[in-house]
Amino acid sequence: MKILVALKQVPDTETKIKLGADGKSIDPTDVKWITSPYDEYALEEALRLKESKGAEVTVVSLGGDSVKDVLRNALALGADSAVLLKSDATDPLSIATALAAFAKEKGFDLILAGNKGMGGDNSSVGPMLAELLGIAQANVVMKLEIGEGTFRAEREVEGGTEVVEGSLPAVITAQKGLNEPRYASLKGIMGAKKKTIEEVEATAPAGFTTVAGMVMPPARAEGRKLDGDPAQQAAALFAALKDEAKVF
Amino acid sequence: MILVFCELKDGKLRKSSAEALSAGRRLADASGKQLGALFVGASVAGSGDAAKYGADAILTCEAAPLASYSSDAFAMAIADAVKAKGATVLLGAATAMGKDALPRAAARLGAGYAGDVTDLSMADGKLVAVRPVYAGKAIATTAFASGIQVATTRPNVFEAVEKAGAGAVEALPAPAGDFKAIVKEILAKGTGKPDLTEANVIVSGGRGMKNGENFAILEELADALGGVVGASRAAVDAGWGLSHDMQVGQTGKVVSPTLYIACGISGAIQHIAGMSGSKYIVAINKDPEAPIFKLASYGIVGDLFEVVPELTKAAKALGIGAH
Ligand SMILES: Cc1cc2nc3c(=O)[nH]c(=O)nc-3n(C[C@H](O)[C@H](O)[C@H](O)COP(=O)(O)OP(=O)(O)OC[C@H]3O[C@@H](n4cnc5c(N)ncnc54)[C@H](O)[C@@H]3O)c2cc1C
Ligand SMILES: Nc1ncnc2c1ncn2[C@@H]1O[C@H](COP(=O)(O)O)[C@@H](O)[C@H]1O
Repeated sequence: MKILVALKQVPDTETKIKLGADGKSIDPTDVKWITSPYDEYALEEALRLKESKGAEVTVVSLGGDSVKDVLRNALALGADSAVLLKSDATDPLSIATALAAFAKEKGFDLILAGNKGMGGDNSSVGPMLAELLGIAQANVVMKLEIGEGTFRAEREVEGGTEVVEGSLPAVITAQKGLNEPRYASLKGIMGAKKKTIEEVEATAPAGFTTVAGMVMPPARAEGRKLDGDPAQQAAALFAALKDEAKVF
Repeated sequence: MILVFCELKDGKLRKSSAEALSAGRRLADASGKQLGALFVGASVAGSGDAAKYGADAILTCEAAPLASYSSDAFAMAIADAVKAKGATVLLGAATAMGKDALPRAAARLGAGYAGDVTDLSMADGKLVAVRPVYAGKAIATTAFASGIQVATTRPNVFEAVEKAGAGAVEALPAPAGDFKAIVKEILAKGTGKPDLTEANVIVSGGRGMKNGENFAILEELADALGGVVGASRAAVDAGWGLSHDMQVGQTGKVVSPTLYIACGISGAIQHIAGMSGSKYIVAINKDPEAPIFKLASYGIVGDLFEVVPELTKAAKALGIGAH
């Protein structure tokens, strides 16, 4: 089985976001870059399938030279090969188109991605990729079983779990709970240093969306503390919610 | 036409779909276009509700094989409807289904897509979307260059405004062919309570709850307020038997209720990312320096095990229930 895992490089979740001078992006100074958290579950699932069923795991990331860190880390964890698709595209359909072109050329049985790339927060590259390749999809997956040319996935929906069955090839996007990602071993880290990362100029068409502007969120109105003993605090809270906030 | 993909629940229009329709109505009025409500499924009984939220046309794509949700079939049906009606804007709620089908439909249409938007407008005949990025740490404006523009609206953000529409019903052909993936069953939790993303009131517990059993006091408060219970990641990951879908935050649910009550939650940046869009925030924490108080509309410094039961008592005495 050939598995592709799409990895996105994003700012660490601890990052305090500052706006860039162009007013359309974030200021990258002092930002620590990591693999998007959901993508770690996607990669872990691929590595587990490799161990249980035998699979060749390729990781791909679209971006600039810096995303090599993400790819190198995936190699250290156990991915077999890594490809950098060079592009500065940020629109989800542009990215999905470039990933689809690459996936089509190489041919994969299974494509794993995160259900949401931290930062852009679009949750769209997975389903777009599936459509562009004309294959099945299951998103926000918490449990995955692979059969003979088929899959069974449990995905999180409002108030329950949907069991999705379909045929391979398929795009599956990972949700927290799918597995517990491993840490890289020293041997893995040393081994990854020797591996080469293939670099390919991506074909990412423009013309879908652009970020026209970015601002900081409006500051929340200043709140106040409620005094007294618990009973008095409770009374004060409901009085405030009724009279000031008019919630009830 | 501005087309809105709508969902039904128990034969009624979902609240989040009513919100998307209202957002669509505003755009239609601003651009002098018609508003269409699209329903896909084996039965679309209840689709008439869309006329209450300003739909000029109710488009139905009804066929037996669509009884179970299929991403590829629904995306096809939606894209076909967009093409058949010459729609330039396609909207839907950012629900599990909306987030699954609409990006796929957008790819099928070669259309730009903006997910989980919190404001929409038209400029020069094109959609403009405002959306939180970096988990709400910044707000971006998305401009579209494509002829067709697609967006999903974040639940609980747009107001559902009742406004009568003509609601002329038109049946559209259903997609044929083998579906690549299909929902085989739904393992419902069957609580009958709204999902966190759609709830008006959320009572969340963190590590300060000390164990899973103690969440019963949050359930009681939530019940008294007509709300649901959420949790911090620390609580979910503590092995207290809480399910992952209760988690609020950057790697959990992004919620925007009217009222969010945080109990024993410190207010880590990743938690705040999921709930800072709440209209009113109440924090109960014994540490007066806890960062959550910076965000709180009302702060209660105290032991949650003393405060929460008092809140429940007060709520019951007042006969409170969120609208
Ligand atoms: C990649 C990544 C993603 C993450 N995603 C999320 C996410 O989605 N959601 C999330 O929540 N976190 C997330 N986190 C974790 C986050 O950083 C914090 O660790 C977590 O939010 C802390 O949870 P807490 O506030 O419940 O616990 P703590 O920080 O331990 O706070 C417990 C609070 O309870 C108070 N307390 C204790 N006892 C009482 C009492 N009797 N009465 C009143 N108050 C009391 C304490 O004063 C304290 O403030 C993420 C972290 C990482 C690295
Ligand atoms: N630039 C990228 N390179 C590789 N994979 C990506 C990229 N952007 C998004 N993805 C994948 O698509 C998923 C969803 O991203 P998004 O649609 O941006 O929320 C991510 O979790 C990644 O797995």
